[in-house]
Amino acid sequence: MATTTMTGSSTRTTPRRRITKPLAVVGLLALWLVAWTLLRGQDMLELPRATLTDLHHWLNDVNDSVGASRNSNPLFLYFFNEIRAVMDALVTFVQGLIAQPAYGRPVPVLGWLGVVALVSYASWAFGNWRVALLAAGGFTLFGLQGLWQESMDTLALTLVAVFVSLLFGIPLGILAGVSDRFHRLITPVLDLMQTMPTFVYLAPLTLVFLIGPASATIATLIYAMPPAIRITAHGIRSVPAPPVEATDSFGATRRQRLTKALLPLSKRTIVLGVNQTIMAALAMVTVAALIDAPGLGKTVIKALQTTDVGTAFNAGVAIVVMAIVLDRVTTAASIRAEQGGGEANPRIRRLLLAGFGLVAAVCSYLSYTYLWASEFPEGGQLGEYLSQGATTVTTWAQHNLADLTAAVKDGVTIALLNPLEALLAESPWWLMGAVIVLLAALIGNLRAAAVAAVCVGLLVGSGLWNASMVTLAMTLVATLLVVTLGVVIGVWMGRSSRADRVIRPVLDAGQTMPAFVYLIPVVALFSVSRFSAIVAGVVYAAPVAIKLVADGVRAIPESTVEAATAAGSNTWQTITKVQLPMARQSLLLATNQGLIYVLSMVVIGGLVGAGALGYEVVAGFSQGQLYGKGLAAGVAIVVLGIMLDRIARAAAQRSDRAPSANQT
Amino acid sequence: MRSIVNKRVLAGVSLSAVAALTLTACGGDKIESTDAADSGDCSTFTIAINPWVGYEANAAVIAHVAETELGCKVVKKDLKEEIAWQGFGTGQVDAIVENWGHDDLKKKYIEDQQTAVNAGSTGVEGVIGWYVPPWMAEEYPDITDWNNLNKYASLFETTESGGKGQLLDGDPSFVTNDEALVKNLGLDYQVVYAGSEPALIQAFRQAEEKKEPVLGYFYDPQWFLSEIELVKVDLPEYQEGCDADPEKVACDYPVYDLDKIVSKSFADANGPAYQLVDNFNWSNEDQNLVARYIAQDNMSPEEAAEKWVEANQDKVEAWLPQS
Amino acid sequence: MSTDTAVQPRGQVNDHQTPVISVRNLWKVFGPNAERVPGSAELAALSRRELRERARCTAAVREVSFDVAPGEVFVVMGLSGSGKSTLVRCLTRLIEPTAGEVVFEGEDILRADKKRLRELRRRKFSMVFQHFGLLPYRTVVDNVGYGLEIRGAGRAERIRRANEVIELVGLDGYENAYPDQLSGGMQQRVGLARALAGDPDVLFFDEPFSALDPLIRRDMQNEVIRLHRQVGKTMVFITHDLSEALKLGDRILLMRDGNVVQAGTGDELVGAPADDYVRDFVQDVPRADVLTLRWIMRPARDSDQLDGPELGPGVIVRDAVRTVLAADRPVRVVENGELLGVVGHAEVLDIVAGNQAGA
Ligand SMILES: Nc1ncnc2c1ncn2[C@@H]1O[C@H](COP(=O)(O)OP(=O)(O)OP(=O)(O)O)[C@@H](O)[C@H]1O
Ligand SMILES: [Mg+2]
Repeated sequence: MATTTMTGSSTRTTPRRRITKPLAVVGLLALWLVAWTLLRGQDMLELPRATLTDLHHWLNDVNDSVGASRNSNPLFLYFFNEIRAVMDALVTFVQGLIAQPAYGRPVPVLGWLGVVALVSYASWAFGNWRVALLAAGGFTLFGLQGLWQESMDTLALTLVAVFVSLLFGIPLGILAGVSDRFHRLITPVLDLMQTMPTFVYLAPLTLVFLIGPASATIATLIYAMPPAIRITAHGIRSVPAPPVEATDSFGATRRQRLTKALLPLSKRTIVLGVNQTIMAALAMVTVAALIDAPGLGKTVIKALQTTDVGTAFNAGVAIVVMAIVLDRVTTAASIRAEQGGGEANPRIRRLLLAGFGLVAAVCSYLSYTYLWASEFPEGGQLGEYLSQGATTVTTWAQHNLADLTAAVKDGVTIALLNPLEALLAESPWWLMGAVIVLLAALIGNLRAAAVAAVCVGLLVGSGLWNASMVTLAMTLVATLLVVTLGVVIGVWMGRSSRADRVIRPVLDAGQTMPAFVYLIPVVALFSVSRFSAIVAGVVYAAPVAIKLVADGVRAIPESTVEAATAAGSNTWQTITKVQLPMARQSLLLATNQGLIYVLSMVVIGGLVGAGALGYEVVAGFSQGQLYGKGLAAGVAIVVLGIMLDRIARAAAQRSDRAPSANQT
Repeated sequence: MRSIVNKRVLAGVSLSAVAALTLTACGGDKIESTDAADSGDCSTFTIAINPWVGYEANAAVIAHVAETELGCKVVKKDLKEEIAWQGFGTGQVDAIVENWGHDDLKKKYIEDQQTAVNAGSTGVEGVIGWYVPPWMAEEYPDITDWNNLNKYASLFETTESGGKGQLLDGDPSFVTNDEALVKNLGLDYQVVYAGSEPALIQAFRQAEEKKEPVLGYFYDPQWFLSEIELVKVDLPEYQEGCDADPEKVACDYPVYDLDKIVSKSFADANGPAYQLVDNFNWSNEDQNLVARYIAQDNMSPEEAAEKWVEANQDKVEAWLPQS
Repeated sequence: MSTDTAVQPRGQVNDHQTPVISVRNLWKVFGPNAERVPGSAELAALSRRELRERARCTAAVREVSFDVAPGEVFVVMGLSGSGKSTLVRCLTRLIEPTAGEVVFEGEDILRADKKRLRELRRRKFSMVFQHFGLLPYRTVVDNVGYGLEIRGAGRAERIRRANEVIELVGLDGYENAYPDQLSGGMQQRVGLARALAGDPDVLFFDEPFSALDPLIRRDMQNEVIRLHRQVGKTMVFITHDLSEALKLGDRILLMRDGNVVQAGTGDELVGAPADDYVRDFVQDVPRADVLTLRWIMRPARDSDQLDGPELGPGVIVRDAVRTVLAADRPVRVVENGELLGVVGHAEVLDIVAGNQAGA
């Protein structure tokens, strides 16, 4: 009897809860709006550009004292210097192999023929012949573009950064996979590494590790290691329970459980992590060029100084191609690792391995010995065509599309961005802060509210409250666009593999083409404005969101979709009632990653008129006396990211539980 | 059966591939080892390359002369100013060859840390100010006087300027007093931060092309001025000390004497490279010419420098160390 | 492979044998501060829902006690969520019990240290899982030899032994297939072979056949019966399927919300359900297949002619139907020469027609 009344009362309270929650949110927003009209413009905590707070001065002093102590501090003498030496040696070694004159030779050890042959051979051996062709084509393209040496420098740096990232990232990821405590501990650190703008730590890095390959590599790996750790941990954590339990039931030791069950079962995911690490490393190529990292990034930066879109584009294409080649090869390798190559006859394969290996070895020898096989033959006009093409397109767009794009910009800015910014930035800080915390409590949980409160406190403390709110407005608009694009294009790709095949390379390009390359075209189309910054963010972030949604939609079991079709759903119903709800996890992840990626472009936004935090970071990087403020702005970006992420996660968790609570 | 055939085919293919490769190779030039020939008393000389073309022009010419005349091994490092100055302390940078003011850095590295010293003027004068595209100066001749700016404020309104006229600020590397200026001169303008030089250049370029209004922060020498000759707006004239308090500034920017900064140890060693840097001195026109070679004629800095040096042997003579 | 055929006859448990596994007052509580629940009379008395609301804990297993005799097939049955899987995992500490005692061959397993526990798992126990738990990247041989590998056996020995058990479960010819190339039933045979490979003393089955279709399930059940006859292992078998329980189990333990509701042989459950829950549970069973004459006989009346055929009390009703109906007088149920009761047409027809037994 008791149970029935319990169930009765709970079915009565559950719907009430579900109605009051949105009502409370709407009520809160309404109250906020009223308060805003009354209090607008008060306590906005605006800080003039040139003004520094005590905190900013203090950060400057800390930075100075670190620099001043570098010759006496034992940390430098015995730790940082050792790291630097190892890194420098590693990079110089790889450069000597493929990129730079070394060992008393006027050319690197391996010339273009050797590199192309070895890369193709490895791609074939670990992947398949299709990616081997792609690799051969891609690497030859670098030569034809006239960017052989630059590409090899970039490759050398990327390889070392990826190597070191994996060397530490995979073990850490495994640890985070098996230990909840370590996982909790490292997550905020990874958030910090991924959202702290590179510009903030570039200068201190050169102070600690000096100007040179070590600093460039370390800057790269700070950004590239988190995906390796996160995805490895995720892989370990999502190993299905049954085989692991079976392993335990046979009395496996912890080590056996790891080596015999967890690792083999998460191999595929871990390779995906390798893949993402490579992508992240390549995304840092241009930024690292600001501290003299050799390679394609330099070409881009130099071209930018003379607003030479074509040359920048040419180098950008090389980066994109390198990313695509490495991505496809590692993906193919992971598939082989998982399923084997599917060869009918292992004997033939062994023979082929030996045969092609011989060819690759001979090519390497030739490129070691003969000039023609070492230096890529001159006269490749391809680079010029590419850069002329890009220039022509940009000029054309600038002449013919600018009116249209300007109208889009004006529309979005006036209808969406300005009101939102006014609301966020012109509310008194305490009102805004209270709204954020309450909202976190309402749509998330108390924990999220607590995190939000701490974040609000940090933002106020950073002295950059107002700038943070301006950036927040832009971030929200950009994320909204990213998610919209993610859903629309992602569903399309998820439903049609033809669309997927055509669009995916474009997305790869969007993700890896350095933002510096499209800075000028974006400004040409959308002028110097916050909207330009939003566009830059969307170009970078949308591909990730789209891919995640597409993969999520594709992963829905065929049978479910069939069932919906059988029930007479039309396409729209299938999408909205089956595919999107079932891809919910992916949608959430897409939103989360979209947000993080948008935030990582805040600084780039600062280069095209975003102002606010992005500009402060850039300014802090460019002018010593603004360093502290730039650092504070960088921290503010991280704080914004953590705050939004935790609130969104809590909200997702709550809505995850809502339906099941309803069932009981 | 099949596998035997395959084996044979395979062996044949790979053997003939190897053979073909080896054969084609025979005609090529072999790679000879090079002995690192260290030449004379000038060893390695490291110049920081700050990221703008005018700087690159200075650096390219100095590097070219150092290499060809003095036999130095020149290393160029692409660095932002701040990091280049840091490099003096760590011994990784010998010289910065065009410095725009940076009194804060001078204080920190020359006075406090004593790792850098001034190596005199480059002879180039730097002008900072507010500029409009030429079509505007033609159409509204009185716009070049700041007193009339408010009259035209509505022309410069954009989505970014919050109902006021937009004053576009540029590269964050440069010191700006513009927010204070706008306030203290009572201008109905809002400073909008373009955030980078390319964005600023693009804005000016497009404005001139489409005859759109834009008012922005810019500087001379800059290669872009030889593409479009921006017109400077006159602010209240600079007087010594009128910019002492950044909050109260109400005057134009001073004319900068662009100078050279070198590391203390480099100066103390007093080698030929140092003497070259110390003596280096040319004019705005010279720099603009080399910058134009690089930015508009698409020459590499080395080619540009070579071309200029050939045409200006006399000037170069004067920079060489007196032996 | 020992071909020990000295198996306990089905349906009879020898009570004075020392049990292989003896479970006493076993508790498993999930949630924060779980340890305080078994100790506190107040908390322990709460219903599952109340406990959840009061202490945010779930008591999956509550004060469970039972013994498993050597060679016995002991079935644990209950609805979904009743705590079966948790219980069976507590027995080998794949889930750490909250309180109680699990004695295996005189040793309290809950006190064993890690090393001893590993040793027990390696030598004495094996488990077959509902979702097979095979390693997808290993072939059948390597999956079957997995337990031996973990134990540290050499490759040659592993393969030899794996091939033996593969043959035993009827998978010969598939040694080098990968799990995803096999049907569900075949995959579970691999699971079975893997559990047998280590020659354990006790086999634990957690709903091994729930994921299989009815025909294959029946095959597999017969397979287990066959194997049990052949190798004579003690088995603890979890299922939520009563007919499976009745078919395989020497004795059945019925659970509900973590509690033991009733324990006994199949005919005890059907013939004398302890409460409405059990009655509900067993009501759809074809009673004639389960009940023995003991459960339907009535005392002899004066009017009965007591010279009819004679049957034992352990004879299943279905097997007695023919005799009872063919006779024109009641059948006498006799044990050790003593007349226990009689069974007439009415009693048999009641059961066969599915009427409620008078219990
Ligand atoms: N790790 C866990 N944490 C919290 N609660 C758990 C956990 N594992 C099981 N439970 C709870 O314990 C109860 C018993 O679960 P169990 O899996 O043992 O049931 P079961 O009888 O095996 O059910 P099924 O037939 O569905 O397999 C359930 O209410 C379940 O929610
Ligand atoms: Mg279960």
